[in-house]
Amino acid sequence: MNNKIYLDYAATTPVDASVLKTILPYFSDEFGNASSLHSFGRNAADAIFVARKNLADFFKCTDEEIIFTSGATESNNLAIKGVLRAYNKNKKNKGKIPHIITTVFEHSCVLKTCQKLEKEGSAEVTYLPVYTDGIIKVSDLEKAIKENTLLVSVMYVNNEIGTVQPIAQIGKLLTKVSAKREEKIIFHADATQAVAYFDTNVKRLGVDLLSMSAHKIYGPKGAGMLFVKKGTKITQIQDGGAQEFSLRAGTLNSTGIIGLGKAIEVLGKNKQKEIKKIKELRDYLIQKVLKEIPNVRLNGSRSKRSPNNANFSFSDVEGESLLLYLDAEGIAVSTGSACSSGSLSPSHVLLALGLKPEQAHGSLRVSLGKYTTKKELTIFVAKLKKVLEKLRKVSGEILKEYYSKKK
Amino acid sequence: MQYSKEVIDHFTSPHNQGVLSDPDGVGMVGNPTCGDLMKIYIKVKKDAKRGEIISAIKFETLGCASAIATSSMITNLAKGKTIKEASKITRDDVAEALNGLPPIKMHCSNLASEALVAAIEDYKKNK
Repeated sequence: MNNKIYLDYAATTPVDASVLKTILPYFSDEFGNASSLHSFGRNAADAIFVARKNLADFFKCTDEEIIFTSGATESNNLAIKGVLRAYNKNKKNKGKIPHIITTVFEHSCVLKTCQKLEKEGSAEVTYLPVYTDGIIKVSDLEKAIKENTLLVSVMYVNNEIGTVQPIAQIGKLLTKVSAKREEKIIFHADATQAVAYFDTNVKRLGVDLLSMSAHKIYGPKGAGMLFVKKGTKITQIQDGGAQEFSLRAGTLNSTGIIGLGKAIEVLGKNKQKEIKKIKELRDYLIQKVLKEIPNVRLNGSRSKRSPNNANFSFSDVEGESLLLYLDAEGIAVSTGSACSSGSLSPSHVLLALGLKPEQAHGSLRVSLGKYTTKKELTIFVAKLKKVLEKLRKVSGEILKEYYSKKK
Repeated sequence: MQYSKEVIDHFTSPHNQGVLSDPDGVGMVGNPTCGDLMKIYIKVKKDAKRGEIISAIKFETLGCASAIATSSMITNLAKGKTIKEASKITRDDVAEALNGLPPIKMHCSNLASEALVAAIEDYKKNK
């Protein structure tokens, strides 16, 4: 990575060397289709079996409860639409509209899915609010539960601001509530940003469904999985062959899956050590930025946040400009500004926190990874200061003036 | 976002960036909701032959790369022009001078020409 500094690990991660080594033979040597009955297929299937077992060990479930997908977006779609499809297939539910509870700041694949289902009239949806600390209240969730509530979907760690949602608490609540109901409420957690840093024992979490992606944990892009607890009423949304216990049709992406399996094995071995290391680095970064840079704020809870995430808002600058200036200095980060996303509205996550639009526009997400060093962070802060000074000169006092004129 | 070389140049080394301490006209447009705020300062001199010309122009902008580049470019285009000529500068002139803007960013170039017009209007009011 020469003299460039990558601080966007929440967007994606480089494939770990041991992962790459493990998957290479499966491109051109052991290239068989894992569904084929001959030895070519069986060799690929054997390696996939190992990957599946690794995942089951890591998440503390059985092999049959691991469904391989193309990534968390597909897993989230399968979780929500698959549950709904199963619900509608049941003749008992004919004419009934089920209720889904989720949050205002889910990843767009969950939000868009829910919004479309609402629009089509297939489901009612409640979007739980988040508060300035970036965390939902379990009491809000409890109040939102209705007679027709079918599914609760809450992301474990928010991808933009890194705040942690009370998944295990929600699991306990839903177990309690479901005990008094004929049909249990299905609980789905998008754990994409949580896998590396938080408890993912599915029994302790009390989840029925859990999504994750390989490329966030030093595995290849295009592979992920959905944990599906035995007995969960869900059906496939991608029709075709009978792969993945008839839950997800399509030739298995051998290299992706094997890569995912190896990545989770590597993660499992080093998880606690990595968490400690990265937390220290992140704390160093946050302290340095808050101390040495004027007019900055940290977005979301200081304590209940992912060890690798720091999301800041800098006044009087806009995110895309900040990002491009930093890019010119060889530094990669991301932003919640509208201009960078190709839409005209800023990050829905930051707005949901209660930030003013300009605070959302002037935001930067810095996410660390296992290759981040203290030196990189020191250089980053120095360059950030330089870039901020330049951009703040360009904007002068015009924001202040805009608001004083409005009064 | 694919930006032209001209946009990148103006964004990284903006022209005429700053304030005028004793401006003859000031225009500010935009709003924090969309994320762009632009302010243009102009000084107007009477030229014997051509009439009122923009003798000095500066800008301040809070915004994305496009916003900064279009502000910078419009000051280039307006400097030395008569008030009448400067009023006619359109967003397409700005975008063209920058060798094109991504379609979603065209509103930034619109903002730049609006800011200039606002500064000119302000000058006319204060004359």
